[in-house]
Amino acid sequence: MFGTTLMLAFREIRRHLMRSFLTTLGIIIGVSAVITMVTLGRGVTADIEEQISSLGSNVFFVFPIQGERGQFRPFDEDDVTAVREQIAGVKSAAGQVDSNVVAIYNGQDWETTVEGVSGEFMDARGIEMDVGRRFTEAEETSGANVCIIGPTVQEELFLTGESPIGERMRLNNVSCQVIGVFASRGSVGGGGDEDNSVFMPLTNVQRRFTGNDNIGYMAVSYDSAYDSATMTNALVDLMRERRVLLEGQANDFDIVDTAQINETVQSTVGTMTIMVAAIAAISLVVGGVGIMNIMLVSVTERTREIGIRLAIGALAKEVRLQFLTEAVVLCCFGGLVGMILGFVFSYSLAGALGFPFIFDPFINILSFVISALIGILFGYFPARRASQLDPIEALRHE
Amino acid sequence: MSEQPIIELKGITKTFGEGAAAFQALKGVDLSIKRGDFVAVMGPSGSGKSTTMNILGCLDVPTSGVFKFLGTEVQSLNKDQRSLLRRRYLGFVFQGFNLLARTTAVENVELPLLYRGEHKAERREAALRALDRVGLRPWADHTPAELSGGQQQRVAIARALVTDPEVLLADEPTGNLDSERSIEIMEFLSELNGQGITILMVTHEPEMAEFAKTIVHFKDGLVERIENGARNHAHAGSGVNG
Repeated sequence: MFGTTLMLAFREIRRHLMRSFLTTLGIIIGVSAVITMVTLGRGVTADIEEQISSLGSNVFFVFPIQGERGQFRPFDEDDVTAVREQIAGVKSAAGQVDSNVVAIYNGQDWETTVEGVSGEFMDARGIEMDVGRRFTEAEETSGANVCIIGPTVQEELFLTGESPIGERMRLNNVSCQVIGVFASRGSVGGGGDEDNSVFMPLTNVQRRFTGNDNIGYMAVSYDSAYDSATMTNALVDLMRERRVLLEGQANDFDIVDTAQINETVQSTVGTMTIMVAAIAAISLVVGGVGIMNIMLVSVTERTREIGIRLAIGALAKEVRLQFLTEAVVLCCFGGLVGMILGFVFSYSLAGALGFPFIFDPFINILSFVISALIGILFGYFPARRASQLDPIEALRHE
Repeated sequence: MSEQPIIELKGITKTFGEGAAAFQALKGVDLSIKRGDFVAVMGPSGSGKSTTMNILGCLDVPTSGVFKFLGTEVQSLNKDQRSLLRRRYLGFVFQGFNLLARTTAVENVELPLLYRGEHKAERREAALRALDRVGLRPWADHTPAELSGGQQQRVAIARALVTDPEVLLADEPTGNLDSERSIEIMEFLSELNGQGITILMVTHEPEMAEFAKTIVHFKDGLVERIENGARNHAHAGSGVNG
């Protein structure tokens, strides 16, 4: 009996192909929107996860921030040394300072950032070399005019593809010799191109560009045997002591943990995904109402047919099953098309926006099952109405 | 009377509506029909003949009285039980043919078997056999729109026959046909009756009623009189009880 009902449903849908398609449009849009949103959300999460892992693992970033009384006290090299030497578990601590500059090579200008760094900083951030070498200890101490350029800078200034190693370029008025190119570290959270940067020894940048001993932030890497909370407490205690903060005064510095960023961003993206998917799911419900509407029209249109079936001896439940099956088949068809469209949309959008495409079987199956359930939910009322028709009245219907 | 009647109505009343708006369509109908009879039900509109047919077709239940069909008291059955009775023992032919549009003749004929849960191949075979009986096998794959009125009615008869019913109920079967087609259909129904099937037919055309063995005249919700058909059928012996 069920196979026959299914066949009847297909026949009826084929008979009104255009109407059936338009009816299921709501379901199609709903399912494809939910799938697209969730799939893109997963892609974004994976993308951010990768970017954050590119910041290095087991790393803190320590920034000075404005204190309670509006004071802003930058760090200096002594703070970095203190962290390195006084806290157990710290593998490396390094300061960084940066300044916006114009890089000039062979008559080409390029706006970039000069970053004062050290080998230790590169270790902490997990920055690898693409070609060339790092600064030597002597260069770091003396503040030699040597630089390591980022991939973007190489691309923009060394247009003919020549090796930049050994070439001299200018950063504002400061001349420097390129000794290496660092490997791409990607862009973090859309906050600019991390590869558009030129490294110089820290002391050199302080002397020639910023003109003081301040450092912008510290990167502190720690042994993975120590846990994040212990390390954070030790850091806070040390910095408060060094900055003579009294009890009750708020920190005028901030510690950011990559693990913590990761967690925050993931939960934010997760929440956003759920919200957007929920909005998309509303169109599924609207689609269900559309199905119910058309099924009611169909029941009215086919009153005579229902009368014939009942007169011939169809049971009420058989008529109900027939109309219910029709609604469910329509919704499943919508769900299937929605899944295909969702795949196409999320695949092409992920490509266009540069996110990885991560197929999520769960949301696909869930969307399909939900569309089938919507068919049952919104198909039941019209089906019940059909089954409760009086055969005599129905046969008289014009 | 040697044989138990196939249909027995005793004191059947049917009231539509309630209170002041109530209308009594049947006021106590007594009728019994023997197996193998061919009964024409006649009467002016409002005489209760359609209501009686609906009750006989197990589509409706009487307000009071006893309706025995093959010994079963139908008035106490529920909707689904009556459906099962129709599906098993009754065949319907309607004035408006009532075929499913955009559905081929053979599929229309298959319809009752669908609800009997028969397999596809058997269904198709039985439907083709029934179409053969009404002489429409070559039109099996045509839709109603491609068939003439007479052909459509014959498809409808094939649909009624496909389940080998005990009783064929025909409601104005010639109402939408010209006289030539009407006579064809009536001759065919007589032939079926000759093969042993009991036929109950509502008609307002005396010429059509003449094909029946028994003619029951309704008036004002009651059986007015019962007469034998003019054609010299061997009379099966139906009559009023009481």
